[in-house]
Amino acid sequence: MLHRFANPTRFLRLANAVLPWLTGITVLLIATGIYFAFAASPPDYQQGQTVRIMYVHVPSAWMAMFAYAFIAVASAVGLIWKHPVAHVCALAAAPVGACFTLICLTTGSLWGKPMWGTWWVWDARLTSVLILFFLYLAFIALANAFDDASRGEKASAVLALVGSVILPVIKFSVDWWNTLHQPASVTKVGMPSIDASMLTPLMLMALGFTTLFFVLVIIRTRSELAARRVNALRSARIHAETGELETSPATGGKQS
Amino acid sequence: MTRKRRRLMVVLLGGLVLATAAVLVLTAFEDNIVFFHTPTDIATKPDLPKERRLRVGGLVKQGSWKKAADGLTHRFFVTDLTHEIRVSYKGIVPDLFREGQGVVVEGLLQPDRSFRADEVLAKHDENYMPKEVAEALKKSGQWKGDAPAAAK
Repeated sequence: MLHRFANPTRFLRLANAVLPWLTGITVLLIATGIYFAFAASPPDYQQGQTVRIMYVHVPSAWMAMFAYAFIAVASAVGLIWKHPVAHVCALAAAPVGACFTLICLTTGSLWGKPMWGTWWVWDARLTSVLILFFLYLAFIALANAFDDASRGEKASAVLALVGSVILPVIKFSVDWWNTLHQPASVTKVGMPSIDASMLTPLMLMALGFTTLFFVLVIIRTRSELAARRVNALRSARIHAETGELETSPATGGKQS
Repeated sequence: MTRKRRRLMVVLLGGLVLATAAVLVLTAFEDNIVFFHTPTDIATKPDLPKERRLRVGGLVKQGSWKKAADGLTHRFFVTDLTHEIRVSYKGIVPDLFREGQGVVVEGLLQPDRSFRADEVLAKHDENYMPKEVAEALKKSGQWKGDAPAAAK
């Protein structure tokens, strides 16, 4: 099953078919999500209007972790089964995930100042998310650090797998240690401690961010595959040309 | 064993070793990654450093918050419902600061076992609801928010 999509041509055919639909759904989800987040949802009983930051902060935090899990799985597939598209997908997802992490950290900071009274604290949740952001940067840097692209792919894939330890640490940091950051609301065992009127925009935005992630990954994978194809064609042409140049003086030398 | 199989084994084994290492490191860190101490910690662990800054977290005890005439000096008790500690603070408290609210105060433990804070952070809980719902819950007696602190 997986082997079918390992072929870049087949991947591109599927991606091109899915992309317009996925883009439409993303626009629709985020547009209604924004409407609910800013207009059709009530202010919080304690935080007032500041609660609206959550509708961007929480989905981007989820996506920051989801994107990293995606990269880790793609890296494992690339390492074990040597699928050519897997590493390209992982690399395509990395800047997207890094952006989500940065959005999460920034909006969290903007929320923290009025609510907690500080922009930043070194508690377990905040620190582990900052580490996740650095892991993204390291992954991107390592993948591009080698002249030989396939060595970069392999090294960064190992880093992605090792770094995935951070995901459970982020998720459970608020349960294992006492932190300033509040524990999970939506995935709480029993009744989710968030009102339905606020859960609606949150879920719409979360779904919208998820489809947005896949739209961006597909576009970036597609352009990376195209760039590699251009490179391959170009170097084949250069080889052909220099090949001709090399042979012609040699033959010329023999004639004289 | 094919090469594919061998690579799979290497990755799985590596993951297992890494996970074990992570669990060991995190359990060793257990007590050191706390962001704040509870009033019970302060009362029961006498070996907490007196000269070093530390953070104490808990609820602001109901009816204990007193603001001095200058409008800046605050006195209140921080409680975890078992033990409590007297806190004094000079400065502006965050918007969410109120009685029954979770707070984290940072500062120095005084010789008389009280606490002088130079920073007060409000801790937000995981409950999100509109004002009307909060009032309805309070009316119907199902309010869980600051009920334990109110009961004390």
